[in-house]
Amino acid sequence: MPSLKDLKNRIGSVKNTRKITKAMQMVAAAKLRRAQEAAESARPYAEQMQKVMSGLAASSTGAANAPRLLVGTGSDKVHLLVVMTAERGLCGAFNSSIVRMARVRINDLIRQGKTVKILTVGRKGREQLKRDFNELMVGHIDLSEVKRVGYDDARGIADDVMERFKVGEFDVATIFFSRFRSVISQEPTAQQIIPAVFDAPEAFSTIYSFEPTEGEIMAELLPHGVATQIFAALLENGASEQGARMSAMDSATRNAGDMIDRLTIEYNRSRQAAITKELIEIISGAEAL
Amino acid sequence: MADTLQFDLVAPERRVASERALQVVIPGFEGDLTAMPKHAPMITTLRPGVLEVFTEKGSQKYIVTGGFAEITSDSATVLAERSHAVEEVTKEMIEEMIAAARAAHLEAKAELVDASAKMLADMVAMGSRMGFEPKN
Repeated sequence: MPSLKDLKNRIGSVKNTRKITKAMQMVAAAKLRRAQEAAESARPYAEQMQKVMSGLAASSTGAANAPRLLVGTGSDKVHLLVVMTAERGLCGAFNSSIVRMARVRINDLIRQGKTVKILTVGRKGREQLKRDFNELMVGHIDLSEVKRVGYDDARGIADDVMERFKVGEFDVATIFFSRFRSVISQEPTAQQIIPAVFDAPEAFSTIYSFEPTEGEIMAELLPHGVATQIFAALLENGASEQGARMSAMDSATRNAGDMIDRLTIEYNRSRQAAITKELIEIISGAEAL
Repeated sequence: MADTLQFDLVAPERRVASERALQVVIPGFEGDLTAMPKHAPMITTLRPGVLEVFTEKGSQKYIVTGGFAEITSDSATVLAERSHAVEEVTKEMIEEMIAAARAAHLEAKAELVDASAKMLADMVAMGSRMGFEPKN
């Protein structure tokens, strides 16, 4: 039976915890709004890019000298998985669900006899994957100093990935991130970025003239396309992280409240018990006289 | 009212401009070109340079680097990796871009030397058109 003083201390510390989780929830809510706005304003670019790229892809896939970013190396032996997670924890299952998805894919690929390489973005994913797949890690990109992800950060990651592709380090690249559905629902997603895939490659409905040639435009645009996809993924991830943190902190705050209620009841009971005990002692002492 | 076309200038992080325009001067890969209503549909990549859009209210200049433009008979959409209204541009920004282009040029591999030299020259030209003479 904990003493009254112990109980009081515990109530105090749970109250402090509740204050912290409440504050974190509100910070996450504010950040979420900003992250959503960022994701929103990046959409027109990504959509337009995708439209033109898929038009170009439809007409140039057959060409003999089609760029390798589009058609691939002709083999799929070596896979590069770019796992994007958050830099910080305390956001529910956000990080682990991305890592879980990546882990399933890694084991699948290994079973099929492929070579797997892992590039991590974000500290949390690296920590979790290092335990099982330390020898597969080929690099890590640290964004912990970055306050607000910009296109240049995405460009940096894309350049790193494409450099590796150019020297033949891998054949297929896939990014893992979490798509933002709503505050309570984030969906881990795997998306192949190299070779580029398009949902529905359709040729242009208008006949365009091209300057320089179609092939050269394609070669010029593909790296931009990769960077754009990574940028979109980073933004989705940012919004998802804040959403996940917000709902995790919301339930933490509620749990702390429940705990305080329970502890308060226990505290009151013990106090009553102590008073009753003292009364009994006084009364029986008086009777003995 | 004169004929106008829908002009959109989009950067990865935001939509920089979206308005009805009389004509748009775009720094295309092979030289400046002017998009006006009923222009033949075309797609071109951009070289770093100054883009100027004329609306009924006047004209506005933007600097753009890297990306492409899609022109149809009633619209001009420019996707630029970097894009700023000229008023927002500082000498430091231009110098930083030129320095980056110069660094890329110095370490460029054989087949890319020409391309990066052109990029550097375009950057410098863009800077001097803005009135910032680069120090060498």
